[in-house]
Amino acid sequence: MTYIIAQPCVDVKDRACIEECPVDCIYEGKRSLYIHPEECVDCGACEPVCPVEAIFYEDDVPEEWESYHAANVDFFDDIGSPGGAAAHGVIDADHPFIAGLPPQNTDD
Amino acid sequence: MTTQPFRVAIIGAGPAGIYAADLLTKADRDFEVSIDLFERLPTPFGLVRYGVAPDHPRIKGIINALIKVLDRGDIRLFSNVEYGVDLGLGELTDLYDAVIFSTGCFVDAPLSIPGVDLPGSYGAADFVNWYDSHPDVGQTWPLEAEQVAVLGNGNVALDVARVLAKQADDMHTTEIPDHVYEGLKSSQVTDVHVFGRRGPAQAKFTPLELRELGHVADVDIIVYPEDFEFDEGSMAAIESSNQVKQVAKTLTDFTMREPTGAKRRLHLHFLHAPVAILGEDRVTGLRTERQELDGDGGVKGTGNFHDWDIQAVYRAVGYAGSELQQLPFDAKRGVIPNHEGRVVDAEEQAKAAEADVIPGVYATGWIKRGPVGLIGHTKGDALETITHILEDRASGALTGPVNPSEDAIVDLLESKGIDYVDWEGYHRVETAEKAAGEAEGRERVKIATREGMLAEARGHVSNEPAGQPAAGH
Repeated sequence: MTYIIAQPCVDVKDRACIEECPVDCIYEGKRSLYIHPEECVDCGACEPVCPVEAIFYEDDVPEEWESYHAANVDFFDDIGSPGGAAAHGVIDADHPFIAGLPPQNTDD
Repeated sequence: MTTQPFRVAIIGAGPAGIYAADLLTKADRDFEVSIDLFERLPTPFGLVRYGVAPDHPRIKGIINALIKVLDRGDIRLFSNVEYGVDLGLGELTDLYDAVIFSTGCFVDAPLSIPGVDLPGSYGAADFVNWYDSHPDVGQTWPLEAEQVAVLGNGNVALDVARVLAKQADDMHTTEIPDHVYEGLKSSQVTDVHVFGRRGPAQAKFTPLELRELGHVADVDIIVYPEDFEFDEGSMAAIESSNQVKQVAKTLTDFTMREPTGAKRRLHLHFLHAPVAILGEDRVTGLRTERQELDGDGGVKGTGNFHDWDIQAVYRAVGYAGSELQQLPFDAKRGVIPNHEGRVVDAEEQAKAAEADVIPGVYATGWIKRGPVGLIGHTKGDALETITHILEDRASGALTGPVNPSEDAIVDLLESKGIDYVDWEGYHRVETAEKAAGEAEGRERVKIATREGMLAEARGHVSNEPAGQPAAGH
């Protein structure tokens, strides 16, 4: 069980959620943020602070963004569980699904 | 002149204090810091240990993140040391450049309605302390009432209602000690009624905690269609927030559930404001006044009253801060008056001026801003306070301690015979709790007394100087 970051975050990365997360489990990729499915404690603090409403509990991800579920989880296949995003630093990569998206959430 | 490290004392080792310590050690600075963290209980972690419900083990997992901070070894912990009893403000300012208060809010906010002091009327915080086996509360809790009211519409109200309604055997898998299990097992409760003053779209529940109610074994969730009023203000709230939308949807879904004949029922009532707790010499009922929405997210009374047959009332109307010795207190807001974390010497925060700042004394967390926001929210608070400390150091606003030696506090505590517990001691308590859990196939079983925790913390080898075990503060 975990929260998922969906399309509204891509190319936005506001990072308000990172400030709020009590366990530092929100990792920064190149174009999006990702919530670590095992490190997340399901407290829900991130969801209301996201200014673009990109964060959903996994059962509530809107259908059109269903692919973001797997992208969030699988992103950590190679990374494992570093146990803290701040110390791990920005990851210079994205899940292939997100990396392959055309520019998102542009102003015009 | 900066050969001595910058000495900081943090009072209160809950999440607010630990995040402040963590942020200060990680702050961008060109001088050494040396941080001592004080805690009045034998163990740290505040409301994560003694507030989060035992059947929420994942959220309790926040403790692991806090442990990681203290495991680094660059922050010293002195538990079982109470500010205002064991140490005064002057003793701290003599030894530290800066003192941060992060004492939090851990008592019930007052509710002024007739009958509130009748036997059978309980504060939620007291009940939470009991089921979380806080060492300073008694080990028994009266659970003979069949019909129980829970006043309030936040997550604490849900915690209390859920723990009351849940079968004791479903709680036994958690970290609760035997006396809590036996107490819950003896409960006679059949109906738990939660009362919210406002409507379903104004409830302060978080969506996940509300949904969880629907999965509690052998409990029927009952809501009343006549309570489901959504005015313009409600629709606006639902439109503007995913959270409100989900809460309203979950509650509406509950209206479609058929009772299954479960042993216990959990009723969620809305638009009922408690106006009096009824009874001669103990609680026998609750009077509520029907409310109607005013269009702006508020409610007004209709003059229609309803009496409920209730034998116990739990008031979950929020936590309140407690006044600390030798420090100003804003009784209205229940906080230490402060400007963005700088403590000011004025009874009312609003009337304080820059000139009233008490140099070297700071606040963070709930005692700084009041009991609102989730655990992680306190990180932003800590950042603000820490930033001001660093500014004050740079501007020369801090006079510096009389005795900056790191050994001075240890000498002081030992000279006073205070049996403090350090971080190693906490690890020994944790090891013992986990071992007790393992024996029963549980994650942990909490030690419920100060004496028990202190004995484990000492590692059973007592070659400490003859410290008196701190008599239950």
